[in-house]
Amino acid sequence: MSALLDLHDIARSYVTRKGLFGQRKLVRAVDGISLTVNPGETLGIVGESGSGKSTLGRMALGLETPDEGHVTFDGAPMPSHGTPAWRALRRQMQMVFQDPLGALDRRLPVIEQIIEPLIIHGIDGDHRRAGLTALSAVGLSADHGLRYPHELSGGQRQRVVIARALITDPRLLVCDEPVSALDVSIQAQVVNLLIDLQAARGLGMVFISHDLRVVRQIAARVAVMYLGRVVEEAAATDLFRAPQHPYTRALVSAAPSPGPRRIERVILTGEPPNPAARPTGCAFHPRCPVALPRCRTEAPALSRIAPGHAAACHLLSPAAKVAAR
Amino acid sequence: MTDIANATPAPALRLPRMPWYVAFGMGWIIFVLAVALLADVITPYVFTAMDLKYRLVPPFQTWAHPLGTDELGRDVLSRLIVSIRISLLIAFGATVISAVLGTTLGFLAAHFRGIVEQAVLMLADFQAALPFLILALSVLAFFGNSLPLLIGLMGLYGWERYARIARGLAISASAQGYATAITQLGATPQRVYLRHILPNIASTLIVSMTLIFPEVILLESGLSFLGLGVQPPMTSLGNMVGYGREYITRAAWIMLCPATVIVLTTLAVSLVGDWLRDRLDPTLG
Repeated sequence: MSALLDLHDIARSYVTRKGLFGQRKLVRAVDGISLTVNPGETLGIVGESGSGKSTLGRMALGLETPDEGHVTFDGAPMPSHGTPAWRALRRQMQMVFQDPLGALDRRLPVIEQIIEPLIIHGIDGDHRRAGLTALSAVGLSADHGLRYPHELSGGQRQRVVIARALITDPRLLVCDEPVSALDVSIQAQVVNLLIDLQAARGLGMVFISHDLRVVRQIAARVAVMYLGRVVEEAAATDLFRAPQHPYTRALVSAAPSPGPRRIERVILTGEPPNPAARPTGCAFHPRCPVALPRCRTEAPALSRIAPGHAAACHLLSPAAKVAAR
Repeated sequence: MTDIANATPAPALRLPRMPWYVAFGMGWIIFVLAVALLADVITPYVFTAMDLKYRLVPPFQTWAHPLGTDELGRDVLSRLIVSIRISLLIAFGATVISAVLGTTLGFLAAHFRGIVEQAVLMLADFQAALPFLILALSVLAFFGNSLPLLIGLMGLYGWERYARIARGLAISASAQGYATAITQLGATPQRVYLRHILPNIASTLIVSMTLIFPEVILLESGLSFLGLGVQPPMTSLGNMVGYGREYITRAAWIMLCPATVIVLTTLAVSLVGDWLRDRLDPTLG
């Protein structure tokens, strides 16, 4: 089975400038990431703010072009942003945004916005009926369709955005923090809705979040990002049961879980990650409780530590295990 | 819930509720427009016809000349009606031209960024720094004077404000919100700009139009006052004020009639524009 979406060693830098005459500085938001999403699979991307996960999502959709590496969708390279080929491809890949009110045009009743992709892509058929079907698929009534975005609650708005994203039957859905602006009780509803829709339609999904609880619920495979790099990637069950990378251990131990605590709580000290001042060597070493002198100088590569489980840490590489033995 | 009621077509035509001053403004604008359209029918005299027996008759003295006559015995009411037509034609024409020009340039700047944006902004700065009256004087002095030229020239007035507003709002829309979302749906830039961004920023643009419209009327008056606008025997509100100033002590009505129309029209447009801005926003009231 070939991958639906393949990110091959992609990197993206931004130029920042401090002050009026400050020096131009390149910030590598995403630094050499390779990931694949198979049809019908949900890949969760976890990381703190500034870890580059949103940039990764934007590059996965072709909204931004990587400086290095390349993105292929369904075996074909991603056309560049704004070209007719790129626009036509939107039918296949859609996005759900963090702020549903910002993603909707506040001057149009929501049903018109839900059916807009059908008009944009020139899809024939009864648009009104398709819109009503889409509304009911996300659990809204026809009456909600006549309202304006500001007359709906946050959860209802996000449902509208999901209905709009799914109306062209896309094969890939990128959700960038889709529930972090919502109430906890509403979060569960929207996440369950996404899980149901994903299962029913066999969507490939990239689910970006900083909330481990949510990712654990929805994702089959999880990639943990730290300062633009993937530090650990594994099946969700493995990753949450037995996190290997010290950063993932800290993250997982910080997430509340029911029952007795199975992993000892790891509390990170030091500065939160700042992409403008990336530490040398392993980017995590200033906060790492088990850092070695080698971590300060040499960046570890992402390598396989178990079947279907990869991590980027000197302590976990096969060579280190041999040395410890 | 009121928005749902408004969204479905109402069975009977219902006038929206409006405050009395907006009703007055609407009424005045409709009245002025009607006068402008019907000018040929309702003028009691040809506006250039002289009646030297009745020179400088004050208003309300005789039924033949309800608003009096000027220094050549021309009927002030007839001249006023024709002046309204000419001035409104210039003001509306110029406002529409400058709004379309400015918004288009602003959108182009927001869409292409880079060198296009720099060029548009530089032009806008140039326009803002240049005293418009001097530009108008030189153009009219070199190219002579005709009504289409005057309208086109006035259409250059104020475009830089629309361009700045349109550019700023379009950039902020694409940066964080619905415009990105709709681009991501696969919409062409035309669709994003015309169907989504334009309606969203229309209220701001309409308010700027109602601010610039009175300025255009006053600018036209100023040019005519200087003898460079509308040329006699053709007449306009500003032209009437300009030529009436010589008689301000003896026959103030020649000047006060058009001046009153200028004040009332600009006031009415501002009042209605302000009200429209609120009405056009579905999130308010």
